[in-house]
Amino acid sequence: MAETTVTHTGQMRPRPAGWHGIAADWASDQRAFKNVSWGKAMMWIFLLSDTFIFGCFLLSYMTARISTRVPWPNPSEVFALRIGGQEIPLILIAIMTFVLISSSGTMAMAVNFGYRRDRRKTAILMLLTAALGATFVGMQAFEWTKLITEGVRPWGNPWGAAQFGSCFFMITGFHGTHVTIGVIFLIIVARKVWRGDYDTGRPGFFTSRKGRYENVEIMGLYWHFVDLVWVFIFAFFYLW
Amino acid sequence: MAEATANGLGQHALHAHDAPVAAAHAEVHQEHPIKLYLVVWAWLFILSTCSYLVDYFGLHGYLRWSLILIFMILKAGLIVAVFMHMAWERLALAYAIILPPILVLVFVAMMLFEADYTLLTRMTFFGAGP
Repeated sequence: MAETTVTHTGQMRPRPAGWHGIAADWASDQRAFKNVSWGKAMMWIFLLSDTFIFGCFLLSYMTARISTRVPWPNPSEVFALRIGGQEIPLILIAIMTFVLISSSGTMAMAVNFGYRRDRRKTAILMLLTAALGATFVGMQAFEWTKLITEGVRPWGNPWGAAQFGSCFFMITGFHGTHVTIGVIFLIIVARKVWRGDYDTGRPGFFTSRKGRYENVEIMGLYWHFVDLVWVFIFAFFYLW
Repeated sequence: MAEATANGLGQHALHAHDAPVAAAHAEVHQEHPIKLYLVVWAWLFILSTCSYLVDYFGLHGYLRWSLILIFMILKAGLIVAVFMHMAWERLALAYAIILPPILVLVFVAMMLFEADYTLLTRMTFFGAGP
């Protein structure tokens, strides 16, 4: 009885002993992001960690570029394409940028239609996003092929500082991997939307949990992040 | 012991009661007019074109770098704020996610010193250029 009184006067409640107690202390009623579901919060935290990864890549690129005595190859010329007998600087990269931005736009619309329960439009827009993403990866593959045939290697290139190749392959390769994974996930989520999984509450094949239309938004967060990283790569690697 | 168990049960009950409420709060759907997305999309196109033109016209020096940075920050801001809905999220989330990457700037400053020092030593030992 005395214990009950103590509990009701707002003192610490008895906790289970050992690891259960530690887990209870850390887990009980402690919720920082009040109106954000765990799925969205965890995606944001993952994206934060990914930001640091790409941040470190861009930092190492900055360090390599500043500390070399050899002139850095001019990206404007390296990434120029000959179209109709005319050398147009950086045109492929510009097109890739527009493709990726467009895919972000279609993704944002997909999220919107998802919350309106318009399954058809959501799935079509997500597949369109995936198609634009695949186009982007295709253009990147073309770019890699072109540079490799011109003699760019991680340890050297015909135009200047040897670090150019390693920075280029590392940064764009990692970004391209992100886009590829995003395309795969887009197709998976689009299929779920199309089938109506989020309306019928069908358990997911991996988590066995019911999905919600918020999953489309969480997928969208990842996709916009891929676009966001490209904004920085475009500015620092291709334009600088 | 019985007391503790009862308490534990009570807490479970509390939690179970809390969860649907929290879930109901979580259903704050990010629904905004389509027009907003189209406008942002158009702006992203305009800003990308601008940053491409910086290269096309061959601007150089501080003008080039500042223009690149301005267009980059504007684009990143639009994507995070509107496309990723950060503008409508609670501040607790926004600060938790946006502040840490800004601290990377400290790392940038450190590596600037480091890289300059490396360049200096290389020039001292190997001469100004190849």
